[in-house]
Amino acid sequence: MARKITYQQAINEALDQEMARDASVIIMGEDNAGGAGAPGEEDAWGGVLGVTKGLFHKYPGRVLDTPISESGYVGAAVGAACNGLRPVAELMFVDFIGVCFDQIYNQAAKFRYMFGGKAQTPVVIRAMYGAGFRAAAQHSQCLYNMFTHIPGLKVVVPSNPYDAKGLLIQSIRDNDPVIFLEHKVLYTMEGDVPEESYTVPFGEANVVREGDDVTIVAFGRMVNQALLAAAALQKQGIHCEVIDPRTTSPLDEDTILESVEKTGRLVVVDESTPRCSMASDIAGLVAQKAFGALKAPIEPVTAPHVPVPFSDALEDLYVPSPAAVEAAVIRVKEYR
Amino acid sequence: MTTTLNRESLLKAYRSMRTIREFEERVHTDFATGEIPGFVHLYAGEEASATGVCMHLTGTDYIASTHRGHGHCIAKGVDPVGMMAEIWGKATGTCKGKGGSMHIADLSVGMLGANGIVGGGGPLICGTALAAKIRGTKDVGVCFFGDGASNQGTIFEAMNLAAVWKLPAIFVAENNGYAEATSSKYSVPCENIADRAPAFGMPGVIVDGFDFFAVHQAAGEAIKRAREGGGPTLLEVKLSRYYGHFEGDQQTYRAPGEVQRLRETKDCLLQFRRRVTADGEITNEQLDAIDREVKTLIDDSVVRAKADPKPAAAELLTDVYVSY
Ligand SMILES: Cc1ncc(C[n+]2csc(CCOP(=O)(O)OP(=O)(O)O)c2C)c(N)n1
Ligand SMILES: [Mg+2]
Repeated sequence: MARKITYQQAINEALDQEMARDASVIIMGEDNAGGAGAPGEEDAWGGVLGVTKGLFHKYPGRVLDTPISESGYVGAAVGAACNGLRPVAELMFVDFIGVCFDQIYNQAAKFRYMFGGKAQTPVVIRAMYGAGFRAAAQHSQCLYNMFTHIPGLKVVVPSNPYDAKGLLIQSIRDNDPVIFLEHKVLYTMEGDVPEESYTVPFGEANVVREGDDVTIVAFGRMVNQALLAAAALQKQGIHCEVIDPRTTSPLDEDTILESVEKTGRLVVVDESTPRCSMASDIAGLVAQKAFGALKAPIEPVTAPHVPVPFSDALEDLYVPSPAAVEAAVIRVKEYR
Repeated sequence: MTTTLNRESLLKAYRSMRTIREFEERVHTDFATGEIPGFVHLYAGEEASATGVCMHLTGTDYIASTHRGHGHCIAKGVDPVGMMAEIWGKATGTCKGKGGSMHIADLSVGMLGANGIVGGGGPLICGTALAAKIRGTKDVGVCFFGDGASNQGTIFEAMNLAAVWKLPAIFVAENNGYAEATSSKYSVPCENIADRAPAFGMPGVIVDGFDFFAVHQAAGEAIKRAREGGGPTLLEVKLSRYYGHFEGDQQTYRAPGEVQRLRETKDCLLQFRRRVTADGEITNEQLDAIDREVKTLIDDSVVRAKADPKPAAAELLTDVYVSY
């Protein structure tokens, strides 16, 4: 039975159902419960924005609050994954990856290959990302492209509550290290989510909207910006196909290529900065494998090549807007 | 009263602490109206630490601060008017509205920035101290960090490096008992953060952070030692924050009445006033006059911040590189 819940509730429910199903699932992070050692309430926070609230009392000993030692606990999650647990370690803001990246990209990501296929590291790193909270340069970045670059990591970027739940359950059951990225602006987004447990497979794009004129590939929160643009363009007689890859690694190349074979025109909407981005990655893929079908240059719509600014006046210009997507679609549509 | 401070210095210290308190209480009030964007972490309650330390510093000594940085900024001489505009996201802000509360910096007064990354300042201060040492300037670097940050790898590495290189660096651990909602009783398994100092081969000193004079004296000794080539010190300042981790925090992890009791019995401004007026060195009227001047300054900073323009669109793309 589906009912409407938020993206944030969907994530909580996925963790809850997997912890109930599998005793080897543990979660850890700074203030995942909150209140450790303090005189007041236990589970005082349930995560900095309340995403893990309620799990602490439900699963005694399996929700661990950590000191501010990301290298330590993220690495411990990786090690525990090598020794029979399925840890979900939370990094709070993805920007904090800077203080613990080694444990992820030199350790977890490389074990399977480096150890000749003998290792299995079923760890999930959850983190929130993205601009829109006036949280400035060190709490707003969109770094999925960095993780996508690294062989051995799987990277998940849900754009709605249904996918958030199904993809997180898949992430926990998956036997490879998974980076699960939650857009902080989406936490309050509501959508239909089944009560029962289900998975959404990795590497299967969602064609969110069908159309023949222009293909729009968008990631995470940008899927919603693309849909707003597509609805407006429909009124002008331009029919967009909107594709949400859902995972950047593995990437569903076929769905993207088939769509471009049909439309001949491509816009990629990516909240990260433009160099070495998903936008340039998809553009490269299509230029290489669907060159013959292209009727117009590929248009990336990304953030500019600058850190995320604080002031709302600047941050609103920083994030790719539906209007920017619309303009890009019109450019590729009118190209002769 | 036993203090080496003359009247002028005492008034300066009071003005610094009062300015921080007034600034923070005002941001607290204005944040509640929803007009201030982003995450804001207030320093109210901890004023004696920033002031007691920074009273010993010159404009060319560097400090590195934290997410809870407004107090360090003011104590180091950053203009509160520019700070207020920064917090409101205005073009006239200390960082042109590009940084916000968590990133206020003014290198012209030796303030290397508040920091959004917990523990980010430790290594940086090793660097400013190294530069001072190599350039032979006699300047020092001070890293402020919290009890939570004391568990961060960067802080451990920085303390070790400072000791290995015998740097003119001071590590000021502001132990307010909490990192977000987590108690330092949980996250710091030894009795005191300062107990870790001997492991790095440096002195560790514990001081009451509600007592300006205690902080001032301990910091003075550490900074003097650093300037004279004696290497780093870890100074643990025990204090409390009066507001939540960030504005909006319901603080259910705290004991009821915890803050109220401290405000009434240990408040640094109250203690300071009681002590300096007791022997007639300074009068209540003098301090009241400072209170009024500071209030006018902060009121004015808000009026200006509200009226000031937001950054122009073109600013989005500037300041990324010196040249490109
Ligand atoms: C590397 C990193 N990890 C986590 C955070 C999130 N965070 C911001 S402040 C904070 C608590 C810091 O506690 P403490 O060092 O005691 O400073 P206080 O807030 O008490 O002044 C945390 C966990 C961060 N900003 N950076
Ligand atoms: Mg603290």
